Formats: sequence, structure tokens, C-alpha cells
Amino acid sequence: MIVRIMGEGQVKLDDAHFTELNRLDDELLAEMESNDEAGFQRTLDALLDAVRRLGTPLPDDALEPSELILPSADASLEEVRDMLSDDGLIPG
Amino acid sequence: MSDGVMKRMGMIFRAKANKALDRAEDPRETLDYSYQKQLELLQKVRRGVADVATSRKRLELQLNQLQGQSAKLEDQGRKALALGREDLAREALSRRSALQQQVTDLETQHQTLQGEEEKLTLAAQRLQAKVDAFRTKKETIKATYTAAQAQTRIGEAFSGISEEMGDVGMAIQRAEDKTAQLQARAGALDELMASGALDDPTGMAKDDITAELDRLSGGSDVELELQRMKAELAGGSSGQQAIEGGQNGGAQSAPQQDRPRFDKQ
Repeated sequence: MIVRIMGEGQVKLDDAHFTELNRLDDELLAEMESNDEAGFQRTLDALLDAVRRLGTPLPDDALEPSELILPSADASLEEVRDMLSDDGLIPG
Repeated sequence: MSDGVMKRMGMIFRAKANKALDRAEDPRETLDYSYQKQLELLQKVRRGVADVATSRKRLELQLNQLQGQSAKLEDQGRKALALGREDLAREALSRRSALQQQVTDLETQHQTLQGEEEKLTLAAQRLQAKVDAFRTKKETIKATYTAAQAQTRIGEAFSGISEEMGDVGMAIQRAEDKTAQLQARAGALDELMASGALDDPTGMAKDDITAELDRLSGGSDVELELQRMKAELAGGSSGQQAIEGGQNGGAQSAPQQDRPRFDKQ
């Protein structure tokens, strides 16, 4: 499966890693919903590190559709919340 | 995969990229066109990133050069001072000062370019993500649309067939009506012509009175002809007797006259 980290690029991941990533992803969502900024940053870092560590980066000129998308490392809880709001990532 | 942040962001990407499609007349063409435009835009942004990166590198080279010169002048100043040539040292340091100003300016430019480059890189990557999501959705929509269109076509074909059948039925009905009408008219014409109320345009048919007159006159002609022929036959034999009698004398002709030569006939 191909995962995109916004602002960084795409990573190809083996499906076997998804249990671990899923746990972190759920944790991230819970922290976002409970407004735990510190926890959110920590988990996001852990999730991004895991994706980078477990995956193989795709070249910049590759045009592969991303099945999953992750916020950039410097994204704040508020920004991610905005991205997931009704207006979404792409305005309009 | 649960509906965590990763999946939800991916889904929002796809849903958003797909928003512009509702208005399309043929979504497939619009989708491909739109995708092409997005790729072009992405290429432009990437070229922009490359251009800015090139400028940044050029500035870095210039900066290195200037810093090298600056270091050299500083060194020269120090040496001049050691040799007691304060005038030379002053000259070197004033030149270095001018260079330092250039270095500062270039550093500011370098920072600006670096910022630009980062922004553009991020924009390119974000755009790439959008284009990726769009492409996936595009292919799905195209396939769905093609399938839906095929189904519509099948539906249309069926309704087309039934319409056509309806037309055939109507045509048959019209043909039957027309035939019946023609038959009725023909029958009426026959009657009218037979009664003499209508002239036969061909002149072949005769009204009953003419027919009767013809019959009567035709019949009398036959009778008259018969009479004439009988008279002819009768008249012919008496003529012959008169000639023969004239040749042979009146006394000889009388017994011949009595011979029943034609009585049997």
C-alpha cells in the first residue's frame, strides 16, 4: 500500500505493517478528538517515523495514487482538525 | 484499516477532487482533461521548484566566492599590519567591508529563495497528492460511467425496439385500413358502373340497356343473315334452272324442275 506524508512524499509499505500503524493512527485520532496537543504531536511523530522506517520511499516523479495520507510532521492538531472538517483539504 | 486520520484524510482528498465532476456532460472527457491539466500544473510547479533551487545554488556559489575573497582580504590586512603597512591593511579591510555588505545582501536573498523553494516543494507535493487521488477516482468514475452508459444504451435499445414494433403495428393497421377502403370503393364502383350511373373510363363496360339493345340487335342480325342466306340459296337454284331451260327449250326443263334434287337437304 502507498502512503503519502504531506510535504515529504510517498512511501510504499508492506501490508504486514498495518497493525502497528493502525494502532498509532487510532491513537492519533483519539488524541485529536480529546484535544491532547502534546499527545497528538508525539503520536504523529511516532506514526511518521514508523512509516518512514518501515516503508520504501517512492521517487518524486512517480505518479502512484496514495491510498492513505498522513499530515506533515509540523502539522498542528488544529490544522489536522481543519483538514478533516467538512471543507476538507482542497478548498471548494 | 480503521477510519483513522490516515484513511479519513485520504477519503477527503478523493471526495474533494471529485467535486467538480457533477457538472460534466461527458465526465470521462472532462476527467481526462482535468487530469491532464493537473499534471501540467504539477509539472509547472516542479519546474518552478527546480528554477528556484538552481538560483539558490548559484547564490550559494557566489556567497562562497565572496566569503573566500573576504577571508583573503582579512588575511592580507593582518599580514600588512604585521609588516607595519597600516595603509595597506586599511585598504584591505575597507575592501572586505564592501564585500561583507554584498555577502549580507546575498544571504538575505538566499534565505528568501530558500523559503520560496520550501513553499514550492510543499505545494508540489500537496498537488501531487491531489493529482494522485484524482487519478484513482477518475478511473473509478470513468469505469462506472461507462457501465452506466452501457446500461442506458441497453434500455434505449429495448424501448427503441418496442417503438419500432409499435410503428410496424401502426403501418400494418394503416395498410389494412387502406386495403379495406380500397376494396369497399372498388365494390361500390363496380355497382355504380354496373347500374350505369358511372361511366367506365376504360370504355369496356356497358350499361344494361346498351347491353340489352346490343343483344337484341346482335340477335336480329343473326336472324336477318340467316334469312338472307336462305333466300340466296333458294334464289340461286331457280336461276340455274332458267338458264338450262333456255338452252334446252321449255319442254325439257319442266321434268327437271320436278326432280327433288335439294329436297333432302
